[in-house]
Amino acid sequence: MAGQLKEVRNRIKSVQSTQQITKAMKMVSAAKLRRAQDAITQMRPYAQKLQEMLSNIVSNVEGDLNMSLAENRAVEKVLLIVITSDRGLAGAYNANVVKTTKQVIKDKYASQYAKGNVTIWNIGKKGWESLTKSGYKTNDTYKDIFLKLTFENVQLAAQAAVKAFENKEFDAIDIVYSEFKNAATQRFLSEQFLPIPKVAQKDGGAKADFIFEPEKETLIAELMPKILNTQLYKAVLDANASEHGARMTAMDKASENANELLKSLKISYNRARQAAITTELTEIVSGAAALQG
Amino acid sequence: MTLEILTPEKKLFSGEVYGVQLPGITGLFEILDKHAPLVSALGKGKLKVLKEKNAFVHYSIQGGFVEVLNNKVSVLVEGAEALD
Repeated sequence: MAGQLKEVRNRIKSVQSTQQITKAMKMVSAAKLRRAQDAITQMRPYAQKLQEMLSNIVSNVEGDLNMSLAENRAVEKVLLIVITSDRGLAGAYNANVVKTTKQVIKDKYASQYAKGNVTIWNIGKKGWESLTKSGYKTNDTYKDIFLKLTFENVQLAAQAAVKAFENKEFDAIDIVYSEFKNAATQRFLSEQFLPIPKVAQKDGGAKADFIFEPEKETLIAELMPKILNTQLYKAVLDANASEHGARMTAMDKASENANELLKSLKISYNRARQAAITTELTEIVSGAAALQG
Repeated sequence: MTLEILTPEKKLFSGEVYGVQLPGITGLFEILDKHAPLVSALGKGKLKVLKEKNAFVHYSIQGGFVEVLNNKVSVLVEGAEALD
């Protein structure tokens, strides 16, 4: 009897210490999330406007401009930039990014994959481990960006991708990441990075006759790298905020589950204790009765 | 006209203005109400927001772009700081 009591007591202790860890992790994630969220929400309008500006230029100067980065070639070789996190314990976050990646390959690039022409550049350790294990052609040059998340580091990856596209090493580049909606929801998606997607002309909106200063070519040459850098940086920030959001929710749920577990453990502990007392009493009483008898 | 100044870190300015002076790559220029559509690269220099004809605020910028479309001016800059 006493043995069972002790067992339950030990279980309770271990659940409590696990709960302490999950609670602490939740707090840390919440703090990190706030910072990551600030960075992303402040950066979003800038990224959107840059994108809009480029789209405006591209759709206005179609035909008379040599735009190597918006050129749609026959897609033979594909690069996917997959952004996951470096650490686990974030619920299904990393698994979902990996799943989305596999889905994209299956739906969009099945024929290229069959020929072995799909390459993956990983940002974040978890995705790299998982996709390498699944036998995809992965590259870990930019895996550790999250160790030091700066615009410059992300810029390096973006520029390398642009260069590879220009050298025709790849004909299409997509980014797979999770967009940050709020702490509890992420949207897993793949976004076309290169060639630069053209915007459809809006209904009724006349083509604005832009004045370009300096001439279009120089302007676009300056604008383009900046936009692509910003686009990738935004994706990385989005992924970062998503990671902390996912971890916070996962840890919150874990703490809650621990609470429930504790509750039922405490009930069985009390039950065992009462049973022990009852048996002891019965023993004493019947012992006394036997002596008297 | 509406003016919006955006940086990667935050929205620096947003609102109705009389005009704005910008350090273009080829020289200083000013955008007033109902300007024709324009896209221009900006160099390092001072950006002057004219809230009224005679009331203005200065910002120093490292470079960026400006777009004018439908009487809406969007300035995208890096390394911007409010002066005065």
